[in-house]
Amino acid sequence: MDFLDRFAVPNPGPTIYASMVAIALTTIAIIIGLTYFKKWGYLWREWLTTVDHKRIGIMYLISAILMLFRGGVDAIMMRAQTAVPDNTLLGAQEYNEIFTTHGVVMIIFMAMAFIMALMNFVIPLQIGTRDVAFPRLNALSYWLYFAGAMLFNISFVVGGSPDSGWSSYFPLAGTDFSESVGTNYYMIALQISGIGTLITGINFITTILKMRAPGMSLMKMPMFTWSALITNLIIVFAFPVLTVALAMGTMDRLFATNFFTTENGGMDMLWANLFWVWGHPEVYILILPAFGIYSEIISTFARRNLYGYKSMVYSMIAISLLSFLVWVHHFFTMGQGALVNSIFSITTMAIAVPTGIKIFNWLFTLRKGSIVLTTPMLYSLGFIPIFTIGGVTGVMLGMASADYQYHNTMFLVAHFHLVIIPGVVFAMIAGLFYWWPKMFGFMLNERLGKWSFWFIAISVCLTFFPMFISGLDGQARRMYTYSESTGFGVWNMISFIGAIGLAIGFALIVYNIYYSVRYSPRNIPADPWNARSLEWATATPVPDYNFAILPEVKSTEAFWDSKIYGDKLFNKRIEPIHMPNNSGMPFIMGIIFFIWGFAFVFGLWILLVLSTIGIGICLALRSYEKDEGYYIPVDEIERVEKTGGKKK
Amino acid sequence: MKVDKSLPLEYGTEQNRLNILGFWVFIGAEIALFGTLFASYFTLINRTGNGPAGAEIFEIAPVMIETILLLTSSFTIGLAIHAMRMGKVKATITFFIITLLLGLGFLGIEIYDFIVFIHEGATLQTSGFTAILFLILGTHGAHVLVGIFWGIFIISQLFKHGLTPRTNNKAFIFSLYWHFLDVVWIFIFSFIFMKGML
Repeated sequence: MDFLDRFAVPNPGPTIYASMVAIALTTIAIIIGLTYFKKWGYLWREWLTTVDHKRIGIMYLISAILMLFRGGVDAIMMRAQTAVPDNTLLGAQEYNEIFTTHGVVMIIFMAMAFIMALMNFVIPLQIGTRDVAFPRLNALSYWLYFAGAMLFNISFVVGGSPDSGWSSYFPLAGTDFSESVGTNYYMIALQISGIGTLITGINFITTILKMRAPGMSLMKMPMFTWSALITNLIIVFAFPVLTVALAMGTMDRLFATNFFTTENGGMDMLWANLFWVWGHPEVYILILPAFGIYSEIISTFARRNLYGYKSMVYSMIAISLLSFLVWVHHFFTMGQGALVNSIFSITTMAIAVPTGIKIFNWLFTLRKGSIVLTTPMLYSLGFIPIFTIGGVTGVMLGMASADYQYHNTMFLVAHFHLVIIPGVVFAMIAGLFYWWPKMFGFMLNERLGKWSFWFIAISVCLTFFPMFISGLDGQARRMYTYSESTGFGVWNMISFIGAIGLAIGFALIVYNIYYSVRYSPRNIPADPWNARSLEWATATPVPDYNFAILPEVKSTEAFWDSKIYGDKLFNKRIEPIHMPNNSGMPFIMGIIFFIWGFAFVFGLWILLVLSTIGIGICLALRSYEKDEGYYIPVDEIERVEKTGGKKK
Repeated sequence: MKVDKSLPLEYGTEQNRLNILGFWVFIGAEIALFGTLFASYFTLINRTGNGPAGAEIFEIAPVMIETILLLTSSFTIGLAIHAMRMGKVKATITFFIITLLLGLGFLGIEIYDFIVFIHEGATLQTSGFTAILFLILGTHGAHVLVGIFWGIFIISQLFKHGLTPRTNNKAFIFSLYWHFLDVVWIFIFSFIFMKGML
């Protein structure tokens, strides 16, 4: 029994037991469902072994939506707990666990996955190519992300959740103050999915640099592709920092080293610095693709080409460089001294300049445009004012001396939610509505879409604006309760009502997906939005090989110009197309990495060695494998093209 | 697979060119990784707690031998690629084997060095300084170990298939990796050992 004790949850409560039952029932239901409908083979052939960037994108999308709900439930529980003073719905420990997992799930497993989903699906189509540079590695990236996400999500039913905040500051995250395996889960799960993200970064940089359609010079790339290129460059230089920090944290917790301890020369501030050297660029890894999406959507629905293309590119480059030079602003109050704080204060405020340039470019794009108010456009228009409020309060926080007032209060919480939600989440929903017809061959319902927008936009303001006030009044973040005399009660109640509104808004999006799957017309054109870039130049649904003939590009908005001026995109003859074979290896490696991570979390060293050997064997098999792919013959391509992309 | 005859074999196909660029980007990430380790090393260098400082445990002889072995191996992998470009498969394999043997020698002495450190009271758990010292040397050593396994796979494929666009591409990318480890070692040698002993 001693062996099994370690898997017990340290603070079990009715919610935990209910979740265990729910997880068990869901798993059984999925297994029975797949067997009953005889879908195992389909699942394996078409999805688990796929190396097609479009299908990988869709798998990221499904995972991201699942994680959005996991993180959303956490959020609702937090708002419910703090809605009234002296509430006893949750205990302090439960509250700690919930705000920790909320942060990690939303940033790493929801927002990142959503971005990966849209990048995977859109980028190869947008640059007019047939797949990414390394399709097999792309699948591996997804399965590593998935392994990390699952590992993190089982923590609350096996062994205990992490509870030291998404930033996991030491010594709080050390073994003295976090005794359960929770923080081990944090370290290992982030490590695994971080490796996946790094591989994606390498893959997409290579793809964008080397595989663009003939004629598409760097300065003719669509803005979303530009943002993806810069994002992936940030990934490649920021994620190794996280890798090192997590490795040190893991060693501190499992091997009793002294990197971040407060004795024997350990230095707890080293963690804070390393974490934010990764963490701040991470913020821009999230926001830059969102900016790219807004650029696409705003120019499409304003029916104008993007204002200030070059300044858009240069401001993104400026943001990417500055993003590495601001990390200290996360802990102005933690003893650097005035000189260091001043420098980082200035760099922080400097980021507002390129961001402001981008905001004005979008406004100028809208000016004199014939604006079409579709759902994606509504989200993009809603983004501009709300994000600006979030951004300007960020500049307030960036003033080091004033930050002593705001630091670690609800003011900060209001600030970063008001940049991340309108910045990233709105962009992801807008992108989802915008590219959905290309992904699935039918459109999402516009009426429901607009309802969800108004619910979400108003609720975001309702949830987070009161936090500015309670924060300035001195309500600290991460406090699980407060007394009535503080007067925070009314603001937190408004927040709670807003959070319910957000939940309704997201539920409407899911209902919209269900409704549209059932009732939306399927005979839509390949270019339903009258859009401007190459992904709309191919058939809907997109054939496996994307483009029967690779497009040739003369301008920034080649597809638009082909519609308006009649430039011909497809000039060559159809030739046999080389395609990569599907492979089960990435999925199997994902499973082995999951076992590896689980063994690491609980210090099961034999299992750890065995799974490490397993990973080595997979790599060796890959090295010896002869996989030349296959060719799709010309007559089959012509047949597919005649049916408008449908397979049979 | 279309092979472009105007380029060296390892650049011959489209996928080969992608592989090489992708690997350069990966090396970029590795530079960030080791950069972080070096930054952490210099943050923790004086935080020795009750344990020894670098000058008390570093010894010149094993470090010099390690340096000579690894630098020579970087030279021999260069010769291997030179032989590969001239189409000499036997010479390529021979230089590959010599490279890996030198790498193995390097690892052996590094492990010996670790044992010496531990005997002198500098274990992984002793202090912040010893932790980062072992982490940075261990990360480099682990890279060498992975490289040795990888190199063995490539040698066996060179035996089996000879010099093809595929094997040449793998061998060339391996050489990039190996040279990179050498560059990292030069930094470790200069800024950890030399600076620590002065």
